[in-house]
Amino acid sequence: MSLNRRSFLSFTAIAATLSAAAACSGGTDAPETATADSTEAMASDDSVMRDPDADLVIWADEKKANSLREAAITWGKAQGITVAVQVVANELQSTFITANQAGNGPDVVLGAHDWIGNLVQNNSVSPVTLSEAAKSNIVEVGINAVTYDGQMYGVPYAVETLALFVNKGLTSVTAPTTIEELVAAGQAAGTEAVLSLPVGESGDAYHMQPLYTSGGGYLFGKNADGSLNPQDVGVGAEGSLASAAKIGELGTQGVLRTSITGDNAISLFTEGKAPYLVSGPWALADIVNAGIDYTVSQIPGFEGLNTARPFAGVNAFYVASKGKNAAFAQTFVTDVVKDTTITRAMFDLNQLPPVQKDLTEELKADYPDMVTFATLASEHADPMPSIPEMSEIWGPLGKAEANIVGGSDPATTMTSAGDEIKSAIAG
Amino acid sequence: MSSALTNVSGPTERTSTIRSLLGRVLVLGAALSVAIYLVPLLIQFQMWMWLAVVVLATLAIFALYSTKRFVPAKYVFPGTFFLAVFLIIPIVLTVQTAFTNFGDGFRGTKEEAITAITNNSVQQTADSPIYNLTVATTGSPDEGPYSLFLVNPETNEVLYGADGETVRKAKPGDVTVTDGFVTAAEGYSILTPQEVNSNYEAISALTLSVSENSAIKVQGVRNAFEGTKTMVYDEATDTITDTATGNTYTVQKIGKSEYFVDANGNRLAQSWLQNVGLANFKELFTNTSLLKQLGGAFTWTLVFAGGSMLLTFLVGYFLALTLNDDRVRGKKFYRSFLLLPYAVPGFISLLIWSNFYNRDFGLINNALHLSINWLGDPTWAKVAVLLTNTWMGFPYMFIVCTGALQSISGDLKEAARIDGANGWQTTTRITTPLLLVSVAPLLVSTFAFNFNNFNAIQLLTRGGPFGEGEYIRGGTDILISVVYRIAFGGSGADYGFASAVSVILFVITGALAAIQFRATRALEDVN
Repeated sequence: MSLNRRSFLSFTAIAATLSAAAACSGGTDAPETATADSTEAMASDDSVMRDPDADLVIWADEKKANSLREAAITWGKAQGITVAVQVVANELQSTFITANQAGNGPDVVLGAHDWIGNLVQNNSVSPVTLSEAAKSNIVEVGINAVTYDGQMYGVPYAVETLALFVNKGLTSVTAPTTIEELVAAGQAAGTEAVLSLPVGESGDAYHMQPLYTSGGGYLFGKNADGSLNPQDVGVGAEGSLASAAKIGELGTQGVLRTSITGDNAISLFTEGKAPYLVSGPWALADIVNAGIDYTVSQIPGFEGLNTARPFAGVNAFYVASKGKNAAFAQTFVTDVVKDTTITRAMFDLNQLPPVQKDLTEELKADYPDMVTFATLASEHADPMPSIPEMSEIWGPLGKAEANIVGGSDPATTMTSAGDEIKSAIAG
Repeated sequence: MSSALTNVSGPTERTSTIRSLLGRVLVLGAALSVAIYLVPLLIQFQMWMWLAVVVLATLAIFALYSTKRFVPAKYVFPGTFFLAVFLIIPIVLTVQTAFTNFGDGFRGTKEEAITAITNNSVQQTADSPIYNLTVATTGSPDEGPYSLFLVNPETNEVLYGADGETVRKAKPGDVTVTDGFVTAAEGYSILTPQEVNSNYEAISALTLSVSENSAIKVQGVRNAFEGTKTMVYDEATDTITDTATGNTYTVQKIGKSEYFVDANGNRLAQSWLQNVGLANFKELFTNTSLLKQLGGAFTWTLVFAGGSMLLTFLVGYFLALTLNDDRVRGKKFYRSFLLLPYAVPGFISLLIWSNFYNRDFGLINNALHLSINWLGDPTWAKVAVLLTNTWMGFPYMFIVCTGALQSISGDLKEAARIDGANGWQTTTRITTPLLLVSVAPLLVSTFAFNFNNFNAIQLLTRGGPFGEGEYIRGGTDILISVVYRIAFGGSGADYGFASAVSVILFVITGALAAIQFRATRALEDVN
């Protein structure tokens, strides 16, 4: 038995009643404050209690919920049912797992594909089956991302990846084909920084991934059936050591710096302090607002080494395993990709690179950058591993990369990160 | 309502007014209705401990508040109840959790895990279509029996069947097909989507075979497909067999938890909540590198909490003394100005400070023309943390000291002056000891607060910098941020292990607090 939200709230209510009882016999006016406090606590928690009146309840983060709400309600009307789209602003994944386990979670949840491993090991989601027509309309990376253990656990609708933004006002080399070319051009630009790529003091394995893969590093090996093998950790293996050496070189040259962080990377670019930026579609709005003349292109790799493959992160709809309206939930998620009605409505309110081929085609003329990102994600990126073991990678790999950029010995640092990851997975 | 207090002549002569009686009935009624509402829910969720708490609390309320007796208990009960519900029970639950593997992957029961494994293993048969589904019944929508009518969207062929049957083709005359769905069938009534949804558990459990090893699986209110369960559980041997590969998974212990594991050592992702005994504590005490890191974090936690306490006090007291001097003009202005750091939400100011410390682009280095590696060097990072925490915390000390100073009688200072003491002597020998009497307990609580000041670390440095080969504890990590990283930073949430660490921390903090309060007791002799 555990202390969950429901039981805790019930006890707040009892506590309030009791303090009222105590105050009545004591002859004071204290109960008002006690009750007020507890109702307030309950009201603020209402947002993450499932809407009891709707036939279909969907949870999402704020941006996605707001872009989905109208389309979902319209869909519901066509079915003759009521739909509630609720915002869960913080810790959506763990809130969902806990609520679902307690039987008061939503029917559908909208989240990143790399949650899948954790959702499956917690028995939180049910598999989905898409028709051949719907499946063939989704880019391969989208399908791969939501497939776990040979089963599709989510319906993908958008995909994000990293690209290279170039400030045309600062350099004429707008599509460098190698990192070396980029560095030379960046240094020639004479700006404060050459390349704005977040490293941070504690590392950022997500943004470093293109460089890591270009050097030859990999995270997990693959089984015969194409699934990831958590026993085969690539950190500390030969390829990763080559990557580490290259990353160390960039650190020594001052191209990569731990002082460039997720907080300042985009602003360095928009303030004209760096001609190159490695970031995702989320940076577009700031860059456009800053009035920068920019291009978006593929992140180059090191000369003579592999191509740089950043992560692709897919947003997907999941069907809760213990939702009260599982039938509507299944129907809704399959309808999301049946045509472009819902995904287009969502795009208009919250622009994210689509996974549907026909929607991408539809957006080509008006949103070329979004289409570029969608293309880069499907052709030059790998889905983030969604196996639960991935959570052991982020910390050690990121910290090792940050230390290498800061001047630590590349080989020993990367090897020790690999040892740490392997022992964590084994334990 | 106020029978207990208004009558001063003693409990035996109290009289009940209509108001007090009505109030009592209302309150007892409310308590009873809450209990009536909660008891079935708690039984449904099998929360036995909370059930006991509710029942006992309700009984106690009735026993205590329905009569005029037990006056002391009437006052003691609410406090005791809150203590039990909000303090003791969480501690008991934490200790309980410390003996389990509760966390990501270990939340449900073994049955739930088996159901999930087998249900999730349904694979769509290759080249089979996704049928358009209509659910119909010869009985009632809520009771069944249900039949499924399936339209193959490619061939428009209609199949149908009931639970346990093999699907067969429907005669074109018996069914009406509109827009690819069966909308009417002879002798059947069609269920609406709502009816399908509310009876989905029964409907999705129907087994309609197509061939020997594949069956129809309902998916949502409109679709069904042909598929097979590849994972089959055998209760007699407690094993799961993958019918596609022939692999058999048996229950085996990996680490501290049991999983279904095949002959090659591959385990299924789903495990379940288990009692692991002392495994969490064993893990903590046998992992020497972890203990060493925790030891290092402990030392820095003491320095951080003590340093923050001292620095904020010194700065706050100094400013309070300065602004307490009558010769200072514009006191109000200065005072409100000094309170600013207190007014800004800590969450925001910590993130802003974190940017100020940036080596290459931060305000501090740029403005002072320094190149200090504030957040990258362990020592400088510690300095940065202390500086920021002082900035965040001195206004509190400033308020407290200003208040305490104003309550110290001016006569004492005057007497000291007449005795020939100078300003410094008056401050150090008279004012400060008097002030410490009232401020010392607050210093202790400041220390205790900073001992667990997770935000100050997480938002400013995230525990970093992490030296080479350090992954658990960074240069500025205090105990609580290390525990957070252990519990939530690695393989998802591991509440069991985190609880075990918390129990140990609880003991340490308790011991420290006891020592400190003993020390502050000495100050009470001053007055």
